[in-house]
Amino acid sequence: MSETKRTTIPPRTYIGRGLPYNNIEGLPGWLIVLEGSDSVGRTTQLQLLRNWLEVKGYGVVETDWTASPLVASTIDLAKEGHTMNVLTFNLLYATDFADRLEHEIIPALKAGFVVLSDRYIYTAFARAIVRGADGEWIRNLFGFALQPDLVLYLKADAKTLVKRALLSTGLDYWEAGLDHNPGMDPYDSFLDYQSKLLKQYDLLAKEFGFVTVDARPAIATVQRNLRRHVQRVLADGLGHRPGDEPPAQDDDLDEELSSAGV
Amino acid sequence: MNYTGLYEPHPYPGKLIVVEGIDGSGKTTQALLLHKWLQAANLPVFFTEWNSSPLVRSATKAGKKENRLTPTTFSLLHATDFADRLTYHIIPPLKAGMIVIADRYAYTAFARDTARGVDPKWVREVYAMAPRPDVAFYFKVSVQSSLRRLKNARAKIKFYEAGMDLGLCSDPDESFILFQSRVLAEYDKISEEFGLHVMDAELPMDEQQREVRRVLEAELQGYLGN
Repeated sequence: MSETKRTTIPPRTYIGRGLPYNNIEGLPGWLIVLEGSDSVGRTTQLQLLRNWLEVKGYGVVETDWTASPLVASTIDLAKEGHTMNVLTFNLLYATDFADRLEHEIIPALKAGFVVLSDRYIYTAFARAIVRGADGEWIRNLFGFALQPDLVLYLKADAKTLVKRALLSTGLDYWEAGLDHNPGMDPYDSFLDYQSKLLKQYDLLAKEFGFVTVDARPAIATVQRNLRRHVQRVLADGLGHRPGDEPPAQDDDLDEELSSAGV
Repeated sequence: MNYTGLYEPHPYPGKLIVVEGIDGSGKTTQALLLHKWLQAANLPVFFTEWNSSPLVRSATKAGKKENRLTPTTFSLLHATDFADRLTYHIIPPLKAGMIVIADRYAYTAFARDTARGVDPKWVREVYAMAPRPDVAFYFKVSVQSSLRRLKNARAKIKFYEAGMDLGLCSDPDESFILFQSRVLAEYDKISEEFGLHVMDAELPMDEQQREVRRVLEAELQGYLGN
């Protein structure tokens, strides 16, 4: 197996104009993104992926959309005050992302970690375009983002999503897109807004080459599918450091899930 | 939504006047004198200042305090501030037919952020939503004069003003000269690219203000009612 090791590592690239002052050559880690709508099960699946990778000996760093120490609280405050528009929203998202990219993601890749990103710039693209932003502007704005090694897109229809949302935390103002549909019934607004988002995700999936994974089956089935794609990226050098020992698929996943209480 | 941006005249009935220049160029003083003049003429004037929106104040402050800001987050926080002021303080008065005086504008970002190392085209794309000013003055001053004026006024040069975040030099004055020289070089390019009205900021204050008013009288003819 180690004979298949690649001697040339594909160069890291940025989505757009990049960070001219930041050298990203030869970052040995892997950047793996999990995209998908609210309530599609990203957090659960990410936790299972993380656990699996760590058991296999890979160091894992997780990073979440809008979680940087620099502006996370500003974003929360602004969401409460409803003073933001599509420009300021996205500029704050971009600030948050840049902070995490430069302080968390790039250093982790440098150190050889697998970075699991819960959402990425595509979330911002989908939300911004649904809210009427200029598509070119939003792509240019995030031009400093690193091209991920793999984008897994967890997909489920809006009706499935709304049921999952109701069963977990209920309908949130922003997830239901009530800023977008003022005065509408939250359920109707959720379906309307999430359907529009799904349409954008489908377009982005084509444009950016996402791997689409059906999120409707049982958790274990979805996880098996995700692992298959992650394993391929870690093993075949599509990432930036071909793995010595690609993690094997596990047969005892059901047991693992029940012991994890999922 | 499409942006006409800095390359085409804005569609609003108001007038947008911008003052630009490095710290210590005297542009704020000139803007205040201009503000007084327009107010005395009973014109509806609105004044807006760079980096003054409450939206990002705490993040900028915390980021600076912890030295956490990178050239890109520095740039993006200022862009957020700008977009917020644009939405609430620049576009509405322009739509209402008022005169807006902006102390610093997108050009500040183009000059400073490029001097910090971000891609010059990227920062222009980020500010694609900025309307083109009717008149933009650039108060051009040498780095030495600027440093002298700042030290007369407050004895200490600020960390980011001196570009200390770039680690060019451990001496603040030296660093200031190195960094602001880069900024000045960018301003020269920007003046040409966007047709800024270049002012000799080494001249006496009142002389500069007479020139500012002369230019505006010509540019704002009709609006000023003469």
